[in-house]
Amino acid sequence: MRFVLSEEHRLFAGSLDKLLDQAGTPSAIRAWSSGDHAPGRRVWTALAEAGVFALAVPEEHDGMGLLPVELVTAIHELGRHAVPGPLVETVAAAALLAATGDTHWLPRIAAGQAMVSVAAPYALDADVADLVLTVRDGALHEARPTRALRPSIDPSRRLFEVAPTRELGEADDTALDLATLTCAAQHLGLGRRLLDVSVDYARTRSQYGHPIGEYQAVKHHLANALVGLEFARPLIHAAALSHGTPDFPRDTSAAKIAAAEAAYTTAKTALQVHGAIGYTAEYDPSLWIRKARALHTAWGSPATHRTRLMASL
Amino acid sequence: MDLDFSPAHEAFRAEARDWLRAHVPAEPLPSLETAEGFAAHRAWERTLGADRYATVNWPAAFGGRDATPLEWLIFEEEYYAAGAPGRVSQNGVNLLAPTLFEHGTPEQLRRVLPPMARGEVVWAQAWSEPGAGSDLAALRSTATRLDNGWLLNGQKTWSSRAAFADQAFGLFRSDPGSERHRGLTYLMFPLDASGVTIRPIGRLDGKPAFAELFLDDVFVPDEDVIGDPGNGWKVAMSTAGNERGLTLRSPGRYTAAADRLLALWRERGDPSDTALRDRVADAWLKARAYRLKGFETISRTDDIGAESSLNKVFWSEFDIALHETALDILGPDGELDGDWLEGYVFSLAGPIYAGTNEVQRNVIAERVLGLPRGAR
Repeated sequence: MRFVLSEEHRLFAGSLDKLLDQAGTPSAIRAWSSGDHAPGRRVWTALAEAGVFALAVPEEHDGMGLLPVELVTAIHELGRHAVPGPLVETVAAAALLAATGDTHWLPRIAAGQAMVSVAAPYALDADVADLVLTVRDGALHEARPTRALRPSIDPSRRLFEVAPTRELGEADDTALDLATLTCAAQHLGLGRRLLDVSVDYARTRSQYGHPIGEYQAVKHHLANALVGLEFARPLIHAAALSHGTPDFPRDTSAAKIAAAEAAYTTAKTALQVHGAIGYTAEYDPSLWIRKARALHTAWGSPATHRTRLMASL
Repeated sequence: MDLDFSPAHEAFRAEARDWLRAHVPAEPLPSLETAEGFAAHRAWERTLGADRYATVNWPAAFGGRDATPLEWLIFEEEYYAAGAPGRVSQNGVNLLAPTLFEHGTPEQLRRVLPPMARGEVVWAQAWSEPGAGSDLAALRSTATRLDNGWLLNGQKTWSSRAAFADQAFGLFRSDPGSERHRGLTYLMFPLDASGVTIRPIGRLDGKPAFAELFLDDVFVPDEDVIGDPGNGWKVAMSTAGNERGLTLRSPGRYTAAADRLLALWRERGDPSDTALRDRVADAWLKARAYRLKGFETISRTDDIGAESSLNKVFWSEFDIALHETALDILGPDGELDGDWLEGYVFSLAGPIYAGTNEVQRNVIAERVLGLPRGAR
């Protein structure tokens, strides 16, 4: 029993944090939202070089995985920096494709040369993805976008309806659960960042002659946010450890519910603590606040996952 | 990173489970908040103590089993899963004993701990006063220096089960000119000592769960001072940390309660009531989250410090939600006397005792998040 991230995990997360700080994700997010994918692609390449996507790809296809604990650790950092692109979907795609005996896409995913989208039911970034997948009646298909972009609350989430074009084999349900779990990790990272920027803001923003962080109403909002985030994390780690066991679907649902509730609540707290400036599109926290709402229902809403959780108990 | 139990841990779990199966009373004991129930629970403490299961994490020399923190968590899971009685010894075991281990003299450890482990002496806390609740440092009860000891005077209140307990511990102002956290001394005294008057207080449901203590020239010898005179605040804070962390409310209590809630839902719930079903799901989820947080906490090498306040806010509010859900499932039977109602009334006190949740949130904001202290 040693239920904390190892020193190697923490160093890995720290190196991704540094890399993404230097990459300056807010400008890449804004470019991505307007359809300019070049800066986001550069971030993606840097992440692949750091080994992020290889974590989802089996060793025989130039990967290092599948390593669920390392994956949630990495995706949590990517969530903290609100990295744009089909991150969760590419991770799920690697697991889906591995189950079909694919040899073409997997090495490309590991190397960061292939972005893959998986419809759920909309395909995120299907316009830029090198491959789009969809699951119909338990079968995995290649797919193509059928209509123009469907605007999301989070403009960096570019969503498309898709139609299947070619069947690839059976769909691996565990891969879809892995998408749910990594989405939860991404969401939790997003929530953590929103709490951090809100604490910084409350320390420096002054009203009535005092930093607003001195006022108990503000303090208690922020304390509640931390309680939610802190108790969601162990559920994510436990779900990652149960990958490959019969408990994995149940544990991913538990992780998704807790992370979504905590991160979304934190986003609303962040908005309230920032006041009017937080409600502006120009101010960077808006990028996180908008994504926090979108991820609340992506890969299954809390209500969907509560239904699934209760059915599994 | 792993969540694995070693063969030794599994053996520890199996041994505890077997013992509990053989010893836990077949019928639930009467409420421990009544004289009759307290006596029955005291007898149960003696049963536990006879086989060194009252204080598994203590050294064997004082009546424990030298259990590691993980083994203690395992024992607690088995204890509550077995439906074993509530612990009337908890104030002594969870609050006083950790303080003694840190600040007590060898003589105090030898004298106080073994009878506590055997269930022979039950302790009550004497912290709060009429004018000092959340703001404990405002306390005014005094300890006056004599040649060979101290004289206690003043009034303590909200002293849990003091109407039935044997001994008490608390903080007293020993430096007459002192203010706030300075000049306090941590002392132990017998509840049957000359000068002690106990007035039971009925809690929300009328059961005499706590009491007021009136102290009128109560003599305490020097050997019953814990730590240095005047240094009581610092000594007491080591207890407060334990109280807000895992020890006061172990995860096993909630995983067992969540399992019972799930069984109640299956037996009595209306499957079409998805709103209520979701509350059952949340109770299960939160019990699991707290259990996992416990494993995370004992796996850490650093001191969790003020983060213990996160635990206190979490379990106290979750405990109420869990019991409310059970009463709602019971429908018209929810208001009737029974285990769920007893648990519900008990849970309502959680956000108040051991530092109100408002104080805990200030601690989280200031000492974990680093927000400025400001005015109260």
